[in-house]
Amino acid sequence: MGNIQRFPHSAKAASTNPLKMSQPLGAALAFLGVDRCMPLFHGSQGCTAFGLVLLVRHFREAIPLQTTAMDQVSTILGGYENLEQAVRTIHERNAPALIGVATTGVTETKGEDMAGQYSLFRQRNPALAGLKLVFANTPDFSGGFEDGFSAAVTGIVEEVVQPSDKTVKGQINVLAGCHLSPGDVEELRDIIESFGLSPIFLPDLSLSMSGRQPDDFTATSLGGVTVEQIAAMGASEATLVIGEHMRVAAAALELKTDVRSLFFDRLTGLEASDRLVRTLSELSGRPVPAKLRRQRETLVDGMLDGHFFYSRKRIAVALEPDLLYAVTSFLADMGAEVIAAVSPTQTAVLEKLKAATVMVGDHSDVETLARDADLIVSNSHGRQGAARIGVPLHRMGLPMFDRLGAGLKVHVGYRGTRELLFEIGNLFLSREMDHDEHGHAHGHRHGDGHEHGQHCGSGSCGCSAG
Amino acid sequence: MLQEKLQDVFNEPGCSTNQAKSEKERKKGCSKALKPGAAAGGCAYDGAMIALQPIADAAHLVHGPIACLGNSWDNRGTKSSGSQLYRTGFTTDMSELDIIHGGEKKLYKAIKEIVQQYDPPAVFVYQTCVPAMIGDDIEAVCKFAAKKLGKPVIPVMAPGFVGSKNLGNKLAGETLLDHVIGTVEPEVTTPTDICIVGEYNLAGELWLVKPLLDEIGIRILSCISGDGRYNEVAQAHRARLTMVVCSQALVNVGRKMQERWGIPYFEGSFYGVSDMSDTLRTMARMLVERGADKAIIDRTEGVIAREESRVWRRLEPYKPRFDGKRVLLFTGGVKSWSMVTALEGAGLTIVGTSTKKSTKEDKERIKKMKGEEFHQWDDLKPRDIYRMLRDSEADIMMSGGRSQFIALKAKVPWLDLNQERHTPYAGYDGIVNLCEEIDKTLSNPIWRQVRLAAPWDARPDAKPVGA
Ligand code: SF4
Repeated sequence: MGNIQRFPHSAKAASTNPLKMSQPLGAALAFLGVDRCMPLFHGSQGCTAFGLVLLVRHFREAIPLQTTAMDQVSTILGGYENLEQAVRTIHERNAPALIGVATTGVTETKGEDMAGQYSLFRQRNPALAGLKLVFANTPDFSGGFEDGFSAAVTGIVEEVVQPSDKTVKGQINVLAGCHLSPGDVEELRDIIESFGLSPIFLPDLSLSMSGRQPDDFTATSLGGVTVEQIAAMGASEATLVIGEHMRVAAAALELKTDVRSLFFDRLTGLEASDRLVRTLSELSGRPVPAKLRRQRETLVDGMLDGHFFYSRKRIAVALEPDLLYAVTSFLADMGAEVIAAVSPTQTAVLEKLKAATVMVGDHSDVETLARDADLIVSNSHGRQGAARIGVPLHRMGLPMFDRLGAGLKVHVGYRGTRELLFEIGNLFLSREMDHDEHGHAHGHRHGDGHEHGQHCGSGSCGCSAG
Repeated sequence: MLQEKLQDVFNEPGCSTNQAKSEKERKKGCSKALKPGAAAGGCAYDGAMIALQPIADAAHLVHGPIACLGNSWDNRGTKSSGSQLYRTGFTTDMSELDIIHGGEKKLYKAIKEIVQQYDPPAVFVYQTCVPAMIGDDIEAVCKFAAKKLGKPVIPVMAPGFVGSKNLGNKLAGETLLDHVIGTVEPEVTTPTDICIVGEYNLAGELWLVKPLLDEIGIRILSCISGDGRYNEVAQAHRARLTMVVCSQALVNVGRKMQERWGIPYFEGSFYGVSDMSDTLRTMARMLVERGADKAIIDRTEGVIAREESRVWRRLEPYKPRFDGKRVLLFTGGVKSWSMVTALEGAGLTIVGTSTKKSTKEDKERIKKMKGEEFHQWDDLKPRDIYRMLRDSEADIMMSGGRSQFIALKAKVPWLDLNQERHTPYAGYDGIVNLCEEIDKTLSNPIWRQVRLAAPWDARPDAKPVGA
């Protein structure tokens, strides 16, 4: 691996083909993992419409999302009236179990005091005392998607979770970061339950965002962790915290309930999965189920079969920070060289990345850094740049609007790691089999030719047989 | 400044809805008051972007925090036959510091970077809510940048909070009138040069119309703004005739071009067989009135006769397949009635339409065409639509993408009529495309399967939902 270069920030004034998505959107996603919830953006209506369309295109699901519809006048005079009216209207029309309010650039620029607005609302609406309301500060002009997600989860913990004197045996909390897809959460539930434990996921996107068939049309989220379950998190034996950006929420949870936190920076990769399984075995006092043992074996086998195609491959990855960390670490585990890791925002996890260049930037930076890469891993917005420089794109993260089943992809645990390993490995494999078009030209481009020559000669890609 | 512009736009004499209002109401503007907690739809910035972004060789730079562009770039199906620069998302991605110190410097730097790196013929700079609140003087920055960099840099003053998407369309039109149209002279002009306003070339729709115009001998001097080029838009003032694609949204452009340069305009539509023919006829007639060679009238009639007979022949096979099939149509404004005729011509029955975005005249027109029993809904709740579909009151729903899941969750076929679709429906061939899409969807074997009960729920008396 070459020298590690670290550019904390691209020096450009114009962000070109942004990778970044704003905080309120992340908050909306977190709220969507709570059953019968209505996320509400406190701002002008356009932001809501854009966020909604983005989530609809990714999940291919109806997305409940409302706005306080601030106009010019309320923007100047202050938005409390709009907020109160919005909450009341939503309550009357849809009676959700929880209304999750996220501020936007508009309300944050004005500097609205959300804590004050919260108390004022409670004071003026004693009849709605039973309504669960979470306010999260999520300005568009700082942080990003992950931060918004984290703020919303922290807000939910602070508002809903109750301390408890009793501990329910076998009950554990999982603070599931936004780098986990609904499919990942489902997989994680399977793994945890196979130890006889009963997990409470916060948020639980696997129930709300993986494609439901309702009996009637509801305007709120359908499925997800219930408010009652969240309240009961104080009675759990432990909290599994998945992802660096869940640390703040974990601290809030621990402070409130004294339930101890077990932290996992990633769940993709053999060792990472081992750690999870070992922890669950210890927590439950049960042996590892046969299914997981078999999955581990096939992952090890897959790593052996696949490593030929990963070794020294040059890969550029551009994703939200915690997913970026999980994926670059996995690629490094497989012997690939991450030549560039691009994050939309600055966070602590970037310090841990194993990559030649780490950068806070956009898709145009990826385009520059990935010119002689073998692969780009990013969201669907990476497709224009990848096509221009002729590098294949493996889609991960959000938004992924040009693939079906985006929300159901699994890349955690032995099985998920194996799936990711094969998907990316197959991209390399198909290139190497395709001698005339890419293969040789490709080897030459690196000037050392060892990658291609070695593999073909060994017959591992099957080409010497053909 | 913006206030005056807003008043001006609200006071649109070319807009019949507007003129029907009292003076006082007119001042309030055409955007309905939004209900917090029950509002849906895009903002003015969104509308401005929709109208201008199809100008494909220009750079479109959004001045604001990441929300406005980051969540929305590259999500529209407008096509370009050349430059792809319009698909590049540019934003100043304002941070907290920019908000404290003001974003003007960063904006100028961003414009400069774009000009240096991409050398576009022009840069459009979009104002959004946050810089408007902190008082960034975008117009001044643009003026300065234009002078320094020697290129048109155009401020688009449509921050989201001033109103709806529709208002944003209008403000985009005003922007073109103030800064673009009339600034470049065409090399050659012909007596049959036209300007089309309000056509965005979604899914390449303009390309289904253009060959017919070519054949007749009508030249599109500029299209605002589908498959547009900056210089072509800037030459629009030399057109002999303007067609405003009827939707009220950009009628201000048509009217003001008439005021300033004496170019007559008419409102027309490319959707539906008879509307398409009417449009071609009107174009030819008005061009002749302005001195074009009379021969184009005959050529137009020739093309219409051929295309109409061709289209009806091509629609014939669908008639038996569509017999008894009922359509629920949810689309705003004009499209609602011009689509109705076309679909009925192909044998479908339209059971109702939403008129949320339609004008009084639109509604009257539908009533006249369809009789009093025909349903027109001003504001139908998703849950009610869901129940209607589930209770089998229609066989297919056609609407914008936002409401697709109402139909799909009710296990009823759905077809996209709006921005994100991939099939062009304009012109004669477009109608055939539309019918093919409807037929494809209706006859898909999945509908029977997805309505089956799960093995564990199958009771003899249980009727599958929607069956
Ligand atoms: S409402 Fe304002 S802040 Fe929101 S997207 Fe529109 S312009 Fe941007």
